[in-house]
Amino acid sequence: MACRECLQVLIGVEKVNSGLRIINLRLNVAATGNDIVDEVNLTIEKGRVLGLVGESGSGKTTVGLAVLSHARRGVEIAHGEIYCAGTEVLGLDADAKRRIRGELVSYVPQDPASSLNPALRIGVQLMEVLEVHDFGGSSEARKARIKEMMAEVLLPTDDQYLERYPHQLSGGQQQRVGLAMAFACRPSVIVLDEPTTGLDVSTQEHVLKTIRQLTRDHGVAALYITHDLAVVADLADDVAVMYAGRVVEQGEVAEIFGNPAHPYTRHLVAAAPDIAGKKQIVGLSGRAPSPGKRPTGCSFAPRCELAADECREAFPPNVRISDAHSAACIKIGKRGETATQTSPSIQSVSQGDVIIEVRNVSAGYSGTTVVHDVSLTLRKGECLALVGESGSGKTTVSRAIGGLHREWTGSILLNGVPLRSAARQRSVEDRLGIQYVFQNPYGSLNPRRTVGDSIARPLLIAGISKSASRSQVLDVLDKVNLPNSYANKFPDQLSGGERQRVAIARALVSNPQVLVCDEVTSALDVLVQAAIVDLLGNLRKDLGLSMLFVTHNLPLVRSIADHVAVMSEGRIVEVGPSESVIGDPQQQYTRNLITATPSIERSLL
Amino acid sequence: MNTTLVEANFVDERPPGLFRQALKLRRTQVGVVLSTLLITVALIGPFIAPFGSTEYVDMPNTLDVPGTLLGTDYFGQDVLSRFLFGGRTILILAVIATSIGITLGTTLGLTAAYLRGRYDEIIMRALDVVLSFPQVLLSLVVISMFGPSNVLIICTVGLSTTPRIARIIRGSAIGVVERDFISAAEAIGETRKRVVFSEVLPNVTSALLVEMNLRLTYSVGLIASLAFLGFTPEPNAANWGLMIQENRVALTEQPWGVILPTMALALMTIGTGLIGDGLSRVSAGIDRGGKGE
Repeated sequence: MACRECLQVLIGVEKVNSGLRIINLRLNVAATGNDIVDEVNLTIEKGRVLGLVGESGSGKTTVGLAVLSHARRGVEIAHGEIYCAGTEVLGLDADAKRRIRGELVSYVPQDPASSLNPALRIGVQLMEVLEVHDFGGSSEARKARIKEMMAEVLLPTDDQYLERYPHQLSGGQQQRVGLAMAFACRPSVIVLDEPTTGLDVSTQEHVLKTIRQLTRDHGVAALYITHDLAVVADLADDVAVMYAGRVVEQGEVAEIFGNPAHPYTRHLVAAAPDIAGKKQIVGLSGRAPSPGKRPTGCSFAPRCELAADECREAFPPNVRISDAHSAACIKIGKRGETATQTSPSIQSVSQGDVIIEVRNVSAGYSGTTVVHDVSLTLRKGECLALVGESGSGKTTVSRAIGGLHREWTGSILLNGVPLRSAARQRSVEDRLGIQYVFQNPYGSLNPRRTVGDSIARPLLIAGISKSASRSQVLDVLDKVNLPNSYANKFPDQLSGGERQRVAIARALVSNPQVLVCDEVTSALDVLVQAAIVDLLGNLRKDLGLSMLFVTHNLPLVRSIADHVAVMSEGRIVEVGPSESVIGDPQQQYTRNLITATPSIERSLL
Repeated sequence: MNTTLVEANFVDERPPGLFRQALKLRRTQVGVVLSTLLITVALIGPFIAPFGSTEYVDMPNTLDVPGTLLGTDYFGQDVLSRFLFGGRTILILAVIATSIGITLGTTLGLTAAYLRGRYDEIIMRALDVVLSFPQVLLSLVVISMFGPSNVLIICTVGLSTTPRIARIIRGSAIGVVERDFISAAEAIGETRKRVVFSEVLPNVTSALLVEMNLRLTYSVGLIASLAFLGFTPEPNAANWGLMIQENRVALTEQPWGVILPTMALALMTIGTGLIGDGLSRVSAGIDRGGKGE
């Protein structure tokens, strides 16, 4: 008996020694001592991938960087222990830290385009990593290792390829080079910080496959940081959910997604659109408290429908649900009503009059045609999704409709009347009839102007007096569920979701017939995205708006659009009702796109 | 649907304006003190001066003249009175010249950044021609051709400042015109003029403030140098630059005639320079735009 215990302890130690273990980690804002992350405990065994999910600002990247014993400027590691393959990394001196980075633990950043040096050939950059860590001993051995790595990340191994500069590679290839660099010195632990966020789904699929292959084959413990639940469901073995700097729930993938225990996790899952199932995505208002403004009790309590007084008194302890599942919540097992809503959001496919007709439009930039002969119809009250990968020309089409892109031929008709190409040439009615909502809410509002003034501009141009516009501004703020007081705020006082609501309010204030939404949710967290989609759906119903919803996010289409048009390389590949296009695609391209899209439901099967 | 917004208590305080933030820095505080001191001297000096600016008091280059604090200069005038009179012209000329440069430079820079293409090329290359002449040389050539007059000094200094301001403003505006709120303004049909002056301009004020300060400093220096070289409308008017020139031969007999104006010019430029430095330090951290993380 004693022997067996000994053995178990030994096995436990062995397991920990070869993977990653984070014990009671806390990082502070150096200036104020407020916690950015606290009480983080994670264990990743070798060969396994742990997906660390959470909204932006929840502290995911801070934890990821701490594994490399690094803290961003203004951030300090307060206490905790991190063991990478048995070595405690936080207590090392500066020289030793430098040595272990890349050798024992390595990092793959989010944006491959900015993490590779644009002035150096990729072969040189790969060689650099090996030389710094004196890997392989001789230059020949290093060259061989580079070729081996290139083969493992499925890139060409010839010398000519290695002589390329980063800008000569595609985004997916750049990220593979990033992976090759990270795996070059055979690290035991690897931190991947949203490595596929900027990539198209088909490229993402390949990169994820490569990551899975490499971690399994080489017995690496991988910490995969992302906000995309479907990617985690697809790739990871375990999941840890972070909220306001704490891990609120962790466990195996099937457990977390099949039986989420923490109310926050349930909200996350309910808000994630899924390609495999038609469901209404449910958002949650409010935002996570920032460091220094976190309540004494559970940080999620202010937004939680189950919150009781005891939740606000102290941070809830970690409760074990099963061997491979625990959550920091005292209300485990109790369910609010939010997570159970599954009624479909799109009741009927409307058959109104044609409001916008795009006829044989070709468009380009300084002579190069990127959109070829595109025709589309948008009916009154309908939501048409324009879907495609980056570079497919979907945004160019939408900008041409909105009058923001001039270089096009063919015709675009609003209520049967052709539109001029640039917004400035169009009549006031045409201009205000079609309103554009931009992708990035951080760039689409003038930072030097109050929300109210921004919203009022279209009215003032249309010749409405200042005092009359004021009441309309308040009215439209109400429509997007923002309090009147927001009219006097500046954009930098708002969160991303609130800014996007303001942008929608500005588009709505002139009572448009058509709303062109260009990737309006892609810069937002999943809970906020769900809330915005919900808002757009309601506005469509209440105001009879027609909507062109441009997105690369195929799962989202099911939750918002009646019709979908799939674009590829500047051409429309497939058009039809969204249910039939996604449920039963007729074109190979669409089929590939759908298979490549990660799905929670499909992963759990 | 949940419509109650609970984030109200989490909304961040709006950061104070650029100048107020800069005032927290020691360097800006010192700069403000120095500049205020010198500007006060220059502006109210003429009213408290014990003698007139060109009044003959006593023997030239004498230190201990009864009734004067610092003695007489090369022409027998009171050094202190000359000093108190001598800053006003320089300061006023510099402020007017810089204002002209700022107005022209900002308008041209913003226009070039917004219109791009052909207009950008034409404006910027034309300004490059002006820029290719050193500022002092250009002023000297023009003023020696037409004779020194206040209007001419203002015009040459203002115009030679224009391309420098235009470049800076164009540089910061180019990033702003690419942002979506400019497209949004165009989409609702704002006029070009409004887009430039009410959408773009408020977003380059930090750069403008820093540059304004720097150019004012340079203009003070330039106008004083011109005076030192004898280019003043009235040959015997009190002027710090001219004072240094007039009294430098008698430096050993009457050092105050050189020390006072030199110190004044140095402290004024150091003062405005420190303010500019503080502003630019703070503006590097403001206007973050991008993701508010």
